[in-house]
Amino acid sequence: MTKSINITLKVWRQKGLHVKGGFETYPATDISTDMSFLEMIDVVNEQLTLDGKDPIAFDHDCREGICGMCGAVINGRSHGPEKGTTLCQLHMRHFSNGDTIVIEPWRAKAFPIVKDLVVNRSAFDQIILAGGYISVNTGGAPDANSIPIAQEIAELAMDAAACIGCGACVAACPNASAMLFTGAKISQLALLPQGKPEAANRALAMVRKMDELCFGNCSNERECEAECPKEISISNIARLNREFIEAGLVSAVK
Amino acid sequence: MQLHAKTPSGPLAEKWDKHRFELKLVNPANKRKYTIIVVGTGLAGGSAAASLGELGYYVKNFCIQDSPRRAHSIAAQGGINAAKNYPNDGDSIWRLFYDTIKGGDFRAREANVYRLAQVSNNIIDHCVAQGIPFAREYGGLLANRSFGGAQVSRTFYARGQTGQQLLLGAYSSLMRQVAVGQVSMFPRREMLDIVVVNGQTRGIVVRNLITGEIESHAADAVVLCTGGYANVFYLSTNAMASNVSATFRAYKKGALFANPCYTQIHPTCIPVHGTYQSKLTLMSESLRNDGRVWVPKTPGDKRPPNQIPESERDYYLEEKYPSFGNLVPRDVASRNAKAQCDMGKGVGETGFAVYLDFADPIKRDGKEVIQQKYGNLFQMYEKITASNPYETPMMIYPASHYVMGGLWVDYNLMSNLDGLFVMGEANFSDHGANRLGASALMQGLADGYFVIPYTIGGYLAGTDRPEITTDHPAFKEATHYMTERTRKLLSINGKRTVDDIHRQLGHILWEYCGMSRNDDGLLKARKLIQELREEFWKNARVPGSSEDFNQSLERAGRVADFLEFAELLVIDAFERKESCGGHFNEAYQTEEHEAMRDDENFCHVAAWEYKGDDNDPELHKEPLVFENVELTQRSYK
Repeated sequence: MTKSINITLKVWRQKGLHVKGGFETYPATDISTDMSFLEMIDVVNEQLTLDGKDPIAFDHDCREGICGMCGAVINGRSHGPEKGTTLCQLHMRHFSNGDTIVIEPWRAKAFPIVKDLVVNRSAFDQIILAGGYISVNTGGAPDANSIPIAQEIAELAMDAAACIGCGACVAACPNASAMLFTGAKISQLALLPQGKPEAANRALAMVRKMDELCFGNCSNERECEAECPKEISISNIARLNREFIEAGLVSAVK
Repeated sequence: MQLHAKTPSGPLAEKWDKHRFELKLVNPANKRKYTIIVVGTGLAGGSAAASLGELGYYVKNFCIQDSPRRAHSIAAQGGINAAKNYPNDGDSIWRLFYDTIKGGDFRAREANVYRLAQVSNNIIDHCVAQGIPFAREYGGLLANRSFGGAQVSRTFYARGQTGQQLLLGAYSSLMRQVAVGQVSMFPRREMLDIVVVNGQTRGIVVRNLITGEIESHAADAVVLCTGGYANVFYLSTNAMASNVSATFRAYKKGALFANPCYTQIHPTCIPVHGTYQSKLTLMSESLRNDGRVWVPKTPGDKRPPNQIPESERDYYLEEKYPSFGNLVPRDVASRNAKAQCDMGKGVGETGFAVYLDFADPIKRDGKEVIQQKYGNLFQMYEKITASNPYETPMMIYPASHYVMGGLWVDYNLMSNLDGLFVMGEANFSDHGANRLGASALMQGLADGYFVIPYTIGGYLAGTDRPEITTDHPAFKEATHYMTERTRKLLSINGKRTVDDIHRQLGHILWEYCGMSRNDDGLLKARKLIQELREEFWKNARVPGSSEDFNQSLERAGRVADFLEFAELLVIDAFERKESCGGHFNEAYQTEEHEAMRDDENFCHVAAWEYKGDDNDPELHKEPLVFENVELTQRSYK
């Protein structure tokens, strides 16, 4: 049943990368429990605007959990307390009247702050452009059914490909590692026969790029897997490691 | 103005081949001398930028999100059509062409649609080569499923995330071109205007959304892939940032806007629950394969669904359309849901919902089978509504979802402005008055991978363009105009937020120009929109400055354009005195309340020309000529 709750927000406010930030407290009153978390922030922002204050900046777009644009740390959890849920799909019915909710941006050296809850995740694009693709030009492909792929393999590749690139894994990791993100892409392409020719090159290039961009190392904390809104498995990190070691030791690629 | 579609002559099946041969080519060494601007990184924009980069052109690619991987194509669930005929069930290029033309209620160009069907197979080949994990059969070959408006299985899919996978495929190809320097990416940029010099489109001005700076970019041609305008209704299944601004600014620079009144209202969405709602979520239409749609027979019956006995339920779709039942096309299902709710038979807290009930299929097939088919959708529904569809019927209601209208383009996908190409949902060309499921992905990728690489070469090789830099006065002019507009927006300092006004605009359009329209309502809507627009410029409040990251300012600019565009939409709806596909004028219906076309007087594309803020736009008609199909009345009885 729909009901209304009153809550208090403690929100990280920061005007820009080189400006000191801090928490501000805002009341959020008469919040319908049917609202999504972002709709709740909309309501607070409407009020801030009418009060002549600067509304809270936050990234969001599709609001159906697939674009990967939204994300914030809610009471210490990436995308909030619900498992397998993006922030836009988190609903206020999971909170109680009188709660205080702390909202912070993703915090990682590789994700510099733009404003308030908005961060720059272009490092993820950099990792992909280091090798997260199959080198095929438009027009030259053989018939789609010329390469049969076992159903289980296609499903495994799809599990990895479900990553939305939101950055929750990096925010959740104590080392701010991007291993889950990178592992998911390397896995997807290494599992498929189309991706095999470049597998060694890809693994080396993407991992090197990841290190270069100041992402931390993986120390098997498994926080990434726990907080991933698409529940990407850390077995993808294991596959990344295998691909990387194999590429470094036995492949022709240097 | 005479509209030249530039459709090649000759038999339908040979037009594209013939045209490709006749198009001039650009020498490989010369390609690198040309700069092409692509605005948007969805299926159309991403695939175009990647393919043009591969060919050797230098491409500048712009998007409003922080990364090209986030364009709203990513949200498409169901699948992508192709005429592969892998299931051996009688499909062919001709059948895909015919289904698409008929589904569009005979309001699309034959030659464009045929080409779309022809290249559909190449898309699947290319996407598999890119590593897209399409669903597979046990033997390892590609799986297909059925979708609305077709009697064959021709839809390829990747779980319920086909759009995501296709987009990430295009994105990966795009990133590969960025890596080699053929494409430069400009994320977090919003296009503010196109720049036309001597009748040729030579660049754009954009706002850098981080710094607020207005930047100029010059090019040899501009390709707009900026999506649709369904957010003019405020609530829609589109992403929050989806907007009409890019295409509308081009319209104000002289590009014709075609068929704006063709909007698609999708029947199965989660209903509106409160005034604070920011968007609507689609539940895949595949649910109607098993789910049964019903409302209580008695208006105002507020009993919970499980307490309403079978004899007091109205399964209105099964009753009215015995042969198609719950699987009638989108426009028909939507209009019927509205009619039931207007009679007071709607359910839920607001009365604007109908039941989609799975009790019978669960009893028939068992919960497990239903779970296998629709598990992820049921889960998504429960996440949003906190109600379990295995036990209580789903509640659904139609929502604005897609638009068939867009900028007018010829066979080459070029608008009436030289050098301005428009692709994907942003153009008007392939879906007529109604789009079939799984056809939007097909069109976006067809345009980007397989049409523009040929046609843009023909344009570049066939025209003379003087050397131009961003120092040209036309860039200064556009920059100045936009700087002034921004200053104006920030100085209104009124008492209503931009979202509040946008919400009201949505109400007006939904009420008078939504699923069903009439002349009185349209006239009233036009007046209300004018008044609201006036109020916006007097009473909106846009906080912050123009020199930093200001999301309120972004929204204000988009809503200002929606407020002007909405009137064009209403004018077009008023002018089209017939009902077809997504446009339903109550005065034109059959005795059974179905859409009634007027092929004698309205078998044309309505293309509107901007004539100044104080004048009505001018209508130009492109007659639609059908040489290969026979126009028929759609019936689903």
